[in-house]
Amino acid sequence: MSQPPAPEHFGRSAVRRVERGFDSVFGARLNPLRHLGSLGFLFFWIIAISGIYLYAVLDTSASGAYRSIDELSRKQWYLGGLLRSVHRYAADALVLVMIGHLIREWLFGHFRGFRRFSWLTGVPLLLFVFACGIGGFWLNWDQLGQFSAMATAEWLDGLPLFASPLARNFLSAAAVSDRLFSLFVFIHLGLPLLLLFGLWFHIQRISLADVFPPRALAVAATATLFVLAALKPVLSHPAADLSQVPATLAIDWIVLFVHPLMYATSSGFIWGILVGVLFFLLLLPFLPQTRVIPVAKVDPDNCNGCRRCFDDCPYAAVTMVPHPNRRLARQMAQVDADLCASCGICVGACPSSTPFRSVAELVAGIDLPHSPISRLRQQLQAALASPDSDRKIVVFGCDHGASVEALRDHGVAVFSLVCTGMLPPSFVEYALRDGASGVLVSGCRAGGCEFRLGQQWTEARLLGVREPHLRAAVPRDCIQMVWADAGDDAALRVALSTLRRRIAAFDGPVPLVEPA
Amino acid sequence: MAMKKSMSPMTLLGQVLLYALFAAVIGVFSRWPSYQALAPDQAMIKLSFSHHGKPVSECRQASAAELAKLPPNMRAPVRCPRERSPVTVELDVDGVATYRHVAMPSGLSRDGASTVYHRLQVPAGSHRIAVRLNDDARMPGFSHVRAATVVLKPAQILVIDFDAAKGEITLQ
Repeated sequence: MSQPPAPEHFGRSAVRRVERGFDSVFGARLNPLRHLGSLGFLFFWIIAISGIYLYAVLDTSASGAYRSIDELSRKQWYLGGLLRSVHRYAADALVLVMIGHLIREWLFGHFRGFRRFSWLTGVPLLLFVFACGIGGFWLNWDQLGQFSAMATAEWLDGLPLFASPLARNFLSAAAVSDRLFSLFVFIHLGLPLLLLFGLWFHIQRISLADVFPPRALAVAATATLFVLAALKPVLSHPAADLSQVPATLAIDWIVLFVHPLMYATSSGFIWGILVGVLFFLLLLPFLPQTRVIPVAKVDPDNCNGCRRCFDDCPYAAVTMVPHPNRRLARQMAQVDADLCASCGICVGACPSSTPFRSVAELVAGIDLPHSPISRLRQQLQAALASPDSDRKIVVFGCDHGASVEALRDHGVAVFSLVCTGMLPPSFVEYALRDGASGVLVSGCRAGGCEFRLGQQWTEARLLGVREPHLRAAVPRDCIQMVWADAGDDAALRVALSTLRRRIAAFDGPVPLVEPA
Repeated sequence: MAMKKSMSPMTLLGQVLLYALFAAVIGVFSRWPSYQALAPDQAMIKLSFSHHGKPVSECRQASAAELAKLPPNMRAPVRCPRERSPVTVELDVDGVATYRHVAMPSGLSRDGASTVYHRLQVPAGSHRIAVRLNDDARMPGFSHVRAATVVLKPAQILVIDFDAAKGEITLQ
């Protein structure tokens, strides 16, 4: 693996440490830090659903908006007031998880190559989320809304965009007309629709996108917002009064931090920061890559059009096209080089990757040119055929997870793959039939796979619930799975010891029982 | 091969604490610390107008030769320039020149309104305000002048505008 630049390297290590800490509490599958994107979707839907109710009761006139919302909090606190608070807190939560998602993906280098599209379509969503959030404060038209609308107008007036300064719309109460309020409503309702459209774009090139967190996590996150809303309901400031400067404000720093920052500096400073950050984020994917990895390649003579690679590819890089040789199959896989992550998950899915094939040179229907599956078979055969191979344990690991190299000794043969998802389950059986006493399969923790689905597919294949599955005849006691991120080498050692103890309980070679 | 662990009380407690921490971060920073938009003893003056200056030069009678070159429907006998005068504004507070700005007409042909928006913090209390505005490049000095003593309460906003209909500077 190439080493990332120093800030990314240290940041990545820090994120992994925090994630491991959260794993110990939540478990990797329900760790919120591993589901920041899908939590963002959850909070978006909470905002949308609560917003529909709020819009139904909102008086959309400039003079009536404040009263309608304020009464909602005071007279209908058990429903409207609660939903209002949840609406606001979900917006705060959305901003937090969105920024967390951005920082995590940046630190893990998830903006280059095949991820460029998702990155570039994600960056503008930052603006949409903040614009939607800030616009929401105006609809309430209390002093906080007045302050935010005024500050936003003064910020926009920093550039010569409009013939007349927008801030003139807030010089007097008479200037704030119902027409202007209709614009507020459009901003707060129209932009979220554009945001939803942008989110759809954002996940277009991702298969089985994680658009909703696991149920337990979703329930817990939603309950957290409702409990917070019940304990600390959101209430309005006094009604907007354009003849007065709102002196002291309980400001929502998570969404509105930009206003005090502007008054502490200048509108030009905020414009500079905005343009600078956007330029940096949009430029990142175009920075030169340290190396270009060859993408997966299809061999028509060995592709039978089974569609497993099509189903398993995490980035929708595989499409099915008519097979050039209709006598072999009706369809065959085709790889889109721009989308391919070179993860090898398709190789692990391919039925022709089985090492049991009686061909001199194993050629898979789909394979990685720089790390062909035939090489893995050769290396496995060599390791198990060596003089000290008696009762060896075979370890299949992942380049991105905990390093399996530290486990290598005379009794352990290790193979590190681009992604554990590249491992056809038949290799596990092959190793056991060729004399291995046990097989340890290692990969990133649930939700932490560098290629999103490698860990999930590998686990499902080995458990026999996804094709290609590990045959039922293979003794499960000789197999150990461990999901450990980079740096979590202790988990690997523990798993190896566990496997060794279990193998030691057997007397003699492990029989491979054929299914009835 | 795979084991499902049941949740221990400590794990459950840890989860509750971390969710509570998340809620606390949102609950606290969605309202704290409070922001002081204006110091308690301060008031604000906003000088703002959107005003079309007078044409930069006089209208003139077109000559017969000029009119003859034009299509019949465009032969207006009086030719007026599109360009407007820049609007100059000066503000004195308590006898001190506080702000001076020359607002250029908007538009590619400089035939739009000149706009100004300027905010100024002043201590609450009594102030002598003098505003001078010139919207005609052909005239020296200022075509509109307004002076007044105002008493501003803390946090009060005084808006200085120009009422084009009345042709005067307003203080509100």
